[in-house]
Amino acid sequence: SRTSNALSDNLTGVLTKRKLDEETLDELEEVLLKADLGFAMADRIRALSKSRHDKGLGADDVRAILAEEVARVLEPVAQPLELDDAAKPHVILVVGVNGTGKTTTIGKLAHLFARNGKSVMLAAGDTFRAAAIDQLKIWGARVGAEVIAKSVGADPAGVAFEALERAQASGTDVLLIDTAGRLHNKGDLMAELAKIVRVLKKLDETAPHTVLLVLDATTGQNALNQVQTFREIAGVTNLVVTKLDGSARGGIVVAIAETFGLPINAVGVGEGIEDFEPFDPHDFAAAIAGAGQENDAAA
Amino acid sequence: MFETLSDRLSGIFDKLTRRGALSEADVSEAMREVRRALIEADVALDVVKSFTDRVKAKAVGQDVVKSVTPGQMVVKIVNDELVRMLGSDAQGIDLRRNPPVVMMMVGLQGSGKTTTTAKLAHRLTTRDKQKVMMASLDTRRPAAQEQLRVLGEQANVATLPIVEGQSPTEIAERAVKAARLGGFDVLLLDTAGRTHIDEELMAETAAIEKIAQPHETLLVADALTGQDAVNLAKNFGERVDLTGIVLTRVDGDGRGGAALSMRAVSGKPIKLIGVGEKLDALEDFHPDRIAGRILGMGDVVGLVEKA
Ligand SMILES: Nc1nc2c(ncn2[C@@H]2O[C@H](COP(=O)(O)OP(=O)(O)OP(=O)(O)O)[C@@H](O)[C@H]2O)c(=O)[nH]1
Ligand SMILES: Nc1nc2c(ncn2[C@@H]2O[C@H](COP(=O)(O)OP(=O)(O)OP(=O)(O)O)[C@@H](O)[C@H]2O)c(=O)[nH]1
Ligand SMILES: [Mg+2]
Ligand SMILES: [Mg+2]
Repeated sequence: SRTSNALSDNLTGVLTKRKLDEETLDELEEVLLKADLGFAMADRIRALSKSRHDKGLGADDVRAILAEEVARVLEPVAQPLELDDAAKPHVILVVGVNGTGKTTTIGKLAHLFARNGKSVMLAAGDTFRAAAIDQLKIWGARVGAEVIAKSVGADPAGVAFEALERAQASGTDVLLIDTAGRLHNKGDLMAELAKIVRVLKKLDETAPHTVLLVLDATTGQNALNQVQTFREIAGVTNLVVTKLDGSARGGIVVAIAETFGLPINAVGVGEGIEDFEPFDPHDFAAAIAGAGQENDAAA
Repeated sequence: MFETLSDRLSGIFDKLTRRGALSEADVSEAMREVRRALIEADVALDVVKSFTDRVKAKAVGQDVVKSVTPGQMVVKIVNDELVRMLGSDAQGIDLRRNPPVVMMMVGLQGSGKTTTTAKLAHRLTTRDKQKVMMASLDTRRPAAQEQLRVLGEQANVATLPIVEGQSPTEIAERAVKAARLGGFDVLLLDTAGRTHIDEELMAETAAIEKIAQPHETLLVADALTGQDAVNLAKNFGERVDLTGIVLTRVDGDGRGGAALSMRAVSGKPIKLIGVGEKLDALEDFHPDRIAGRILGMGDVVGLVEKA
């Protein structure tokens, strides 16, 4: 059997073949699996590639086809985060599993909104994790946004309520609410999110206008469960994918796009305030198909 | 969400009326299902390949015990090999060294290093009666040093006083001195998260290692990690002398295939698992439990064992 070193991480090895035979398709499927797309998705894309280009196809084109198929799935969900101008403030509740990048994403989003001339307020809804409030306050200072915080251990729903009251009173454009990380299989912690949503509705029945789930690109198949449960209980409406500056391809996003159809607004590509980009389905797909690596190898 | 491996294998083997030894053809077909199950559990593809090759070599020609089905027999062989690969050399944190014993946590951003540092400090203090100091070398993430300080307060464990403006290597140096002077048994170093392809930060990890000379260097990694687990374990292993792996978020409902990937690629034992956010949510690693999860199986193994 081949060692991990011998097995190419991309399609370079495949491209020497002339025809799109089963073996080539197998190897292509591996590329997708290695990017975390998961079986169902990889099988589907494989079948599509085969049916669309059954005969006479040079293997050179295959990578492009794969990237195209992935992009086709992703295109409908690639949408920027739109603010509802009628909402004052537009409330964005940020949720997700522990350590995915929620607080950092809030900092980056706040920076973007502020740059577009919006007034932004942050709410420190993570009252559990050590120094979570301090972390958000540092982001608030960086972007010049007011941070509403209570003490450690305070009820997060109370923080959210108070923050919305303050944001309404001051005519703030956007309120970003941070929450503690939580695993979706913890019922009591998930119920806490549902409570935050309920409490916000008391002040504005259209709030939260966006419930943003932050997903870590290094996550494997479990991300599907995360999206499903967070959507069910917290009413997730939008997604952000973080840590795409690492070597993980975030391919699970493709299965998520097809299964749930939730808009993917942006991707995190680093820890800095500017390391935030719109979600580009073609770039994303090309990275999955290993196009970048191949160019590097060729250069 | 997933069909269990044993369901699938019974599906295949139900078609077989033949009994006796497992044939090459039977096993090959079964291995396709095993491959699928492992990939769905996030075991890295390359690791899956070498694993199924090994299992195949063991399974072909094996006699099927009368009271079980061929499918159950294969599941048992798969499970045993999985357990063997995950933890034949089970070992805990090693304290046998002249104090202060230095231990360093490394890993990707958000994997759980700081929390694990505090949990380990708590365990070493309360269970092993060690005098422990923790130091945060994370000068990058907002409030990272403050996070460890607060955790130190919660756990009643000393933390190195924060001095603004020092570099991670400078803090490491100061921490080792302070631990020595203060008569500490153990010094735990928490480092900043880094992606393993970030050359500058990986070089920093190596520089810290050189200064602190840790006796244990633990790769802290998320149990929910996908295929990238192999690259991550490989790259960290190439830059620092890893002594073990800590798997976090095992309290999630992930299948945990990353454990096998990292174990196989780094050759390092999984020493501890994180099972929650609180200080006492740290446990020893049991390979059989993770194996069961990866395969998504119920009691097939027990069934075959009794047979
Ligand atoms: N490389 C990289 N690191 C990121 C990115 N986004 C966040 N991080 C880092 O990931 C780690 C966790 O980020 P946080 O924003 O604290 O994550 P969180 O979801 O708020 O974490 P909890 O509140 O503890 O659940 C930090 O070290 C961040 O700097 C990204 O896009 N790329
Ligand atoms: N459920 C669960 N959460 C955990 C576990 N270990 C850590 N966490 C949580 O994961 C998040 C990130 O943990 P940290 O310890 O800050 O991670 P880190 O690796 O130090 O992060 P950076 O320093 O930003 O790279 C926090 O919300 C922790 O509470 C675990 O075993 N289970
Ligand atoms: Mg946070
Ligand atoms: Mg940390």
